[in-house]
Amino acid sequence: MTSVIERPSAPQSPHTPSLVSRLKPNLETLPTLAAIVIFVGMIIYGEIAYGRILQFSTLSNLFINNAYLIILAVGLTFVILTGGVDLSVGAIIAISSLVGVMLANAGWNPFVVIVLMILIGSAFGAASGILIQYFNVQPFIATLAMMFLARGLASMLSTTPERLADESPIRALSTEIKVVDGPKINDLVTTPNVIIAALVVIVAFYVLHKTRFGRTVYAIGGSEQSATLMGLPVVRTKLAIYIISGTLAGLAAVVYTSKLGIAQNITGVGWELDAIAAVIIGGTLLTGGAGFVLGSVIGALVLGLMNVLITRDGSIPPEATTIITGAILLVFVLLQRLVVSRKRKT
Amino acid sequence: MAATEPIVEMTDISIEFPGVKALQNVQLRLYPGEVHTLMGENGAGKSTLIKALTGVYKIDSGSIRVSGGPRQFSGTADAQSAGISTVYQEVNLCDNLTVGENVMLGNEIRGAFGINWKKTHEAAHEALVGLGLGDLDPRQPLSSISLALQQLVAISRAMVAKSKVLILDEPTSSLDANEVEGLFTVMRRLRDQGVAILFVSHFLDQVYAISDRLTVLRNGEFVGEHLTRDLGRSQLISLMIGKDFETLASLGSNRRRDARESGEQPFYSAAGLGRKGSIEPVDIAVYPGEVVGLAGLLGSGRTELGRLMYGADRPDTGEVTIGGKSTEVHSPVTGLATKIAFSTENRRDEGIVGDLTVRENLILAVQARRGWARPLSKREQKELCDKYLVELNVRPSDPERPIKNLSGGNQQKVLLGRWLATKPELLILDEPTRGIDIGAKAEIQEAIATLAEDGMSVVFISSELEEVVRLSERIVVLKDHRKIGEIINGPDITADTIVDLIASDGAEAQGVEAFEPEPEPAAFAAEGSTN
Repeated sequence: MTSVIERPSAPQSPHTPSLVSRLKPNLETLPTLAAIVIFVGMIIYGEIAYGRILQFSTLSNLFINNAYLIILAVGLTFVILTGGVDLSVGAIIAISSLVGVMLANAGWNPFVVIVLMILIGSAFGAASGILIQYFNVQPFIATLAMMFLARGLASMLSTTPERLADESPIRALSTEIKVVDGPKINDLVTTPNVIIAALVVIVAFYVLHKTRFGRTVYAIGGSEQSATLMGLPVVRTKLAIYIISGTLAGLAAVVYTSKLGIAQNITGVGWELDAIAAVIIGGTLLTGGAGFVLGSVIGALVLGLMNVLITRDGSIPPEATTIITGAILLVFVLLQRLVVSRKRKT
Repeated sequence: MAATEPIVEMTDISIEFPGVKALQNVQLRLYPGEVHTLMGENGAGKSTLIKALTGVYKIDSGSIRVSGGPRQFSGTADAQSAGISTVYQEVNLCDNLTVGENVMLGNEIRGAFGINWKKTHEAAHEALVGLGLGDLDPRQPLSSISLALQQLVAISRAMVAKSKVLILDEPTSSLDANEVEGLFTVMRRLRDQGVAILFVSHFLDQVYAISDRLTVLRNGEFVGEHLTRDLGRSQLISLMIGKDFETLASLGSNRRRDARESGEQPFYSAAGLGRKGSIEPVDIAVYPGEVVGLAGLLGSGRTELGRLMYGADRPDTGEVTIGGKSTEVHSPVTGLATKIAFSTENRRDEGIVGDLTVRENLILAVQARRGWARPLSKREQKELCDKYLVELNVRPSDPERPIKNLSGGNQQKVLLGRWLATKPELLILDEPTRGIDIGAKAEIQEAIATLAEDGMSVVFISSELEEVVRLSERIVVLKDHRKIGEIINGPDITADTIVDLIASDGAEAQGVEAFEPEPEPAAFAAEGSTN
C-alpha cells in the first residue's frame, strides 16, 4: 500500500495476460467450476453404479424434463445477481398455465394464448418490481405477496386439474425431434421446449456479458449505492430484472404445460426454491454481484440428474430427495462462504 | 490558472431541511484549470453544497449556472452527463468487477455484437494512462488494488465521461502521505488539462499544497472566497471556526495548574499507540485528577485516539499501562473492565437509545458490566437515577420519559451519568458539548472540573479550543492523524496558541514543548508494504 503510484512494473505487459493467469482458477469462477465437477462426477458415478446414464436417451430426457427449470433458473439468476430474490415464479406458473389451458380449451387462438401466458408472468414481475423500487418493499416480501396473490387467483379459477386437449397446437412444443438415431431407443432427441430453453440461456448470456444492461446488473449486485452514484440506470434496471424473471416464469409455464398437458392450481409449489437452489449450486452468490447464467443451467441439471439417480437407485425413498438437495445446497453455500472470506483476506 | 469565465457559478444558494437552515446564501465559483477548495468544519454545509450542485438536493432559492447557462440537475447521472463528476470519500466502485469494467461502467464501447471487451479494456487503459496509471492492468479485479488506487480509478471514470468539473469530496481521508502525493500529481495533471476541480479536505497542509482558491463555509453560511496564497493559515482557521466561542469565556473553571506531583504515577499511559489508517503512533499519559485535552481540527485524529484508548477500535501498535500494570485494551469490554469509559461524539447514533427511557439509558453501562444474567434491582436502578439526575441537573428529571424527547444537552447529561455510574477512573469525553445550548454546556464543563477534582482522570475532546484550554491541564495537539505537540496549560496559553501550533505544525510556536515525530517504527512500515 505504501508504494502506490510508482508501482513496480509488472512482470509481464498488462495487455497480454499470461496463459497461467488465465487458467488459474479465479475465485469467482470457482463455485461454478465446482458445480461442473460435481455434475460430471454424478454422471460418472451413475454410469458406474447403475449404467445407462451416459447415453443419448438419458441425457436427452434430462434436458426435456428440466427445460422449465432451466428457464426459471435463468430468470432467477438475473434477480439474484442484483442481490434480490423472486419467490413468485412457482405461483406464476400455476396461474399462467391454468389460464392458458382454460382459454385454449375455450377455443382461443393458441398463439394468442401463449403470448397471454407469457404476459401474465410479465405483469406479476412488473408488480413485484414496482413494489420493490417505488414502494421500497423488500424483494422477499414483495415477491412473497405476489406469490400468494398468484396462487390465490389460480385457486379461484379452478382447484381441479385442467386437461389440455391432446390435439391442441400448444402441445406441439413438446414434439420429440430425433437428432441422432441411435440403436434401439437410444436416440438423441430434443423438443421445441428444449430449443426455447437453450435460446433463453444464450440470450441471457449475451445480455449479461455483452450489454450495458447486463453490466449494470452486476454493478448493482456489487454495490447498489455505488451503481447509483456512478450514474447507472439502477431504477430502470431493477424494474427490468423482475419483469424478466416474471416473463421467464410465464415462458416456463408454457413449456411445462405443453409437456404435461395438465394445469392445476397446485402446480409449481416450491419450484421457486428449486430454481434458487439451481442458481446457488451453479455458483451465483446469494448476495449478488458474482455468478454465471451457465452455472445456473448446470445447477438445474444437477438437480434433475439427482432425481434420475435416485429413481435408478431404487433403495433411496423419493421422499429423501429433498434431504439430498439440501445437503448439496449446503455444501455449495459453505463453498461460497469460503470463497468470500478468502477474498476479504486478499 | 488563466481564469476567465467560471464554468460553474452558484449564487445565493439556500437550502432548508425541516427545522434546519442547511445553507444560507452561499456562493461558489469554479474556474477551469483551477483547484478550488471548500473549507469548513463538519456540519458547515460542504456536502450539502456539493449535493445541491449535483442535484441530489433541491435548492430552495438561488441560481446555478453551468457554462454560462442556468442549470438544475436531477441527480448524479444528470450532472455527470453535463460533465460534472463526483468522487466521494468512500470509494463508490463495484469491487466485484475488474478495474477496467469499473472505469468504463456505463460507457462501455459497443460493436455490432454488443460490448467489445477488447476495445473497452483498451479505452480503460488509455484513461488510466492519462492519469499516469499505465501500469495498472484493467483486467485485474478492483478488490486486488489499494484504496488509494481505487480512488484514482474512480477519478479515471470521470475522465472517460469527459468531465469538465471534478468534485473530490474528502478523497484523502483514508490515504497515507505517499498516496496523497500520488493523488495530487493526478489532480495537477487534470488541472493543467483545464478541468475545474472542487476539492474538500480537512487537512490544512493538503489545502495549501494543492489549491489555488478556497471558499470557507461556517454553519451553512458563506464566510468568504479567497485566493489561497493571500490567506494565512491562522486566518483560515479563525475563519473556519469563527469567533463566537468568546461568549463562553466566562464559563467553567480556570484550572491552570499542573496537577502532577513529582513521583506520581499516571493512571493511564501509552507508548506508540496507533492504528493504520486512523492515527499514527502516539505517546500519551493521563494522571489521576488530571484533565487532558485533545485539540485539533476535525479529522485530525482526536476521536480516533479516544476510541483507541477505550478499545472501541483495536490498536495495532503500542503498549498500554494502566494503574502501573501493562494491559491490553482491545475492546470496549476490556476498556470498561479497566475502568475506562468513553462517551461518543455521535450522541444520536452511538450514544442514546432513543426509544428507551432516561432510566434505561442511564443504567445501560452498569448493567452491561454486570452482565444480563444479574439484572439491577428496581431499587438499585432508582438509586442510580436519583443520584445522577439530581447531580447533573437533568431536566425534566422524570426517569420514565423516552430519552429522545429530551434536549440534546440533557441527553448528554444522561450519557455522562451513564458512564459515571460505572465508576470509571478514566473518562474519555468526545465532544460532550457539541450542539447543545450554552447553559447545559456550562453545567457539563463544571461537572467535568468537579470530577477531576475528586481524582478522576479525564480526556476531553472538543473542537472548541477555548473550551479545551479552559478545562485542561495538559493539551495534546493533533493534526493530520498524528500528535504534533503537547502543551502544559498556563496563564499565557490561549486558543491562539493551539491555532499557531497547528498552523506552524509544531515547529516554531512559542511556550510549547515541540514534539518531534519519531520515525515510523520498522514493523509499521513493513506491514504497510506487504499489503
